[in-house]
Amino acid sequence: MATVVIPTPLRKFTNQTAKLQVSANTIGEVIDSLTRDFPDLKKHLLDDQGKVRSFVNIFAGDEDIRDLQEEKTVVGEATIVSIVPAIAGGVHFK
Amino acid sequence: MAIDNIRFSREELARYNRHMIIPDFGEVAQKKLKASKVLVIGCGGLGSPALLYLTAAGIGTIGIIDFDVVDDSNLQRQVLFDIHEIGKPKVEAAKRRLESLNPHVHFKLYNTHLNSENALDIFREYDVVADGTDNFPTRYLVNDACLLLDKPNVYASIFQFEGQVSVFNYVNAQNVRGPNYRDLYPVPPPPGLVPSCAEGGVLGVLPGIVGSLQALEVIKIITGVGEPLSGRFFTFDALNFENRTFNIKRRPDNPVNGKNPTITHLIDYEQFCGMRAVEEKPLKEITAVELYDWQVQGKKFQLIDVREPYEYNIVQIGGELIPLSTIADQAGRISRDMDVVIHCKVGGRSGKAIRELEEKFGFRNLYNLKGGILAYIDQVKPELTKY
Repeated sequence: MATVVIPTPLRKFTNQTAKLQVSANTIGEVIDSLTRDFPDLKKHLLDDQGKVRSFVNIFAGDEDIRDLQEEKTVVGEATIVSIVPAIAGGVHFK
Repeated sequence: MAIDNIRFSREELARYNRHMIIPDFGEVAQKKLKASKVLVIGCGGLGSPALLYLTAAGIGTIGIIDFDVVDDSNLQRQVLFDIHEIGKPKVEAAKRRLESLNPHVHFKLYNTHLNSENALDIFREYDVVADGTDNFPTRYLVNDACLLLDKPNVYASIFQFEGQVSVFNYVNAQNVRGPNYRDLYPVPPPPGLVPSCAEGGVLGVLPGIVGSLQALEVIKIITGVGEPLSGRFFTFDALNFENRTFNIKRRPDNPVNGKNPTITHLIDYEQFCGMRAVEEKPLKEITAVELYDWQVQGKKFQLIDVREPYEYNIVQIGGELIPLSTIADQAGRISRDMDVVIHCKVGGRSGKAIRELEEKFGFRNLYNLKGGILAYIDQVKPELTKY
């Protein structure tokens, strides 16, 4: 089990839920579980090759999973997994 | 300016008294503020509180960049402005408000779009940059310009109920450089995956909170008081009132300051962010070395410089000056029976000139100098003046 924090821009894909309890042992399993339960989330989290998109950061606790074992990073009961996409402000198209 | 030369008037001493009596701040920190130059990019939701607090705090010189005018839809969060300023340029309205707050601060206004052509010239004279823009191309532009010029970049960003703050490219007392925006987010989201304006929006008080944090970090960097938010990435969720501070690191594959940098000049950031139509056919290009070979060999060709006269006066490489804005009127000066090389500073304006000449006048003999005069200086004539 781990707790996943969903950022505001992605909550519309999780029925506006901000925090989810996910049964998983690794970050990879967390992502699998999330995208299985909320299929619309998938294209926002993963690229065509199934890799985490580089404008989305995933942190296990306070650490970037790129500085740990990426998708193989182990999560425990108390781990808080945060998904933090790039945001730029109010205007996106000019 | 060295802080030894900084003096305060009696009015200033009274004004900054509550700073100076803080034991760890004192007159020395206040002098550092007065000696400093800070550039605030964007005077909107984030820039409003940041500018108010930086001005109140007594920064010596504050530069403000924004191309926009005040709109009544801004007033929900842009607390610098009032109803009397609607329709007026933001930078001028901001200056009026800020000068009435603190007449001891000097302001420099840039009522213009920040772009790859002007960013380095504007950034160069400042000590710290505070990025409060609202779009991805400008985020990457500001980041890269700060890296190329070795400036700390205090980053703040907001969306709906979420805020982010970090200090990028900060060199600490141990001379260790911190990460930057490209380490955190190597590429921007493609436009199709970014929520549209209609889905966007922001709760008005959120930029007030986040922009104030930005001003705090600017002041800490300048004074050396406290521990700047370098190598750390702060996020705030206003809905749940939760904040987190993550650790972030430099990455060896950073294209600007990693192990093998591939970006050495500012690039086309709208294209980088996927915002430019991709169906444009590529231009014919010539490299600086090829151009130099043509010159040395005495090949018959024409060289056109589409920069502005003031740039031409700084440095030129023998081209005929036809500024981009006059290119259509002066198309008759451009040869049709030999190769023509067109250049500007880094290659953006010359590309536009070529497209205009091809579309309107049917030219087929035009070559864009890749990387512009800066690439030419780098690769061929390092003794010339770069700007």
